[in-house]
Amino acid sequence: MSELSPYLVLILVGFLPNEFWRVLGVILGGGLSDDSELIVWVRAVAVAVLAAVIAKLVVVPPAALAALPLAVRLVAISCGFLAFLVIRRSVFAGLVVGELVLLVGGFLFPA
Amino acid sequence: MFLAGVQASFRSVFALVLIGTYVGVGALAHDYGFSLAWVMLSTVLVWAGPAQVIMISALGTGAPLFEVALAVFLSAVRFLPMVVSLLPLLRGPRTRLRDLLLPAHFTAASMWVESFRLLPPLPQHARVPFCNGLAIGFMLSGHIGSVIGFYLAASLPALLTATLLFLTPMSFLVSTAQNSLTLANRLALAFGLVVGPLLTYFQVGLDLMWTGLIAGSAAYAVHRLRGARR
Repeated sequence: MSELSPYLVLILVGFLPNEFWRVLGVILGGGLSDDSELIVWVRAVAVAVLAAVIAKLVVVPPAALAALPLAVRLVAISCGFLAFLVIRRSVFAGLVVGELVLLVGGFLFPA
Repeated sequence: MFLAGVQASFRSVFALVLIGTYVGVGALAHDYGFSLAWVMLSTVLVWAGPAQVIMISALGTGAPLFEVALAVFLSAVRFLPMVVSLLPLLRGPRTRLRDLLLPAHFTAASMWVESFRLLPPLPQHARVPFCNGLAIGFMLSGHIGSVIGFYLAASLPALLTATLLFLTPMSFLVSTAQNSLTLANRLALAFGLVVGPLLTYFQVGLDLMWTGLIAGSAAYAVHRLRGARR
């Protein structure tokens, strides 16, 4: 994590860029409409960044998860998402089904 | 009122959601070699699951600091509309700007949703302390989760650690899908899931930022085109 102290890094790349928007919100106060076109675009960009993070965690995951085959990870996240759609858009159902599929897949196809 | 807020947080469904989310964050941090103290401080200072996951995974894979900061910056835009819409509930005739900075810092999906449910019946002067208590209670649940995740990841067999790490993408995917109610946000999610790995595969620098701008703008363009036809 470079030669900077990890705590300084936390403030520089975590706290400050994140907090910027909250403080700006207080400063702008009521001057910004919740459904203005700018906000719609900005939210879409933020969702897409999050989507990229999700996809990267599955496709190029951290060590212990990378030990499972890519196909198992992809099938598991797809099944979890399908379960979420089918079972009353329940986050919990998606999570449980995705995890179970990953567990069974990892058991059947060890790396 | 502060304590009433803390108590309310433990009765909220988000207490469980946060424990689950931060079990994933704690496990991820352990896997990438961060200390538990660093993770818990990041929860206090950043207080945004997605930003923390971006930070931990990007720093853990050795991404340049500027790129990490930019990705966190872009992921946090959602707080602007959240704070703006929450302020009218908190602000009374005698509220000072600096009294609002702490609730603004605490603003995250959990606290935001529960504030709209729990604040309206309360008198104006009680709302800021209640809100702060609510968020601190949620943070406590997050800490419990990250301690559990951190130590479980250290001691579980490899396959179970993998399922802990899988909590993050799985829960973020379904909860983002659940929160994406507009066409623009749903398309941004779908496009981002495709564009993100493509850019990573072709080793494009600043891939998170480009995914956000390309997929987010494409989704916005579709939203505009649909609007124009109506």
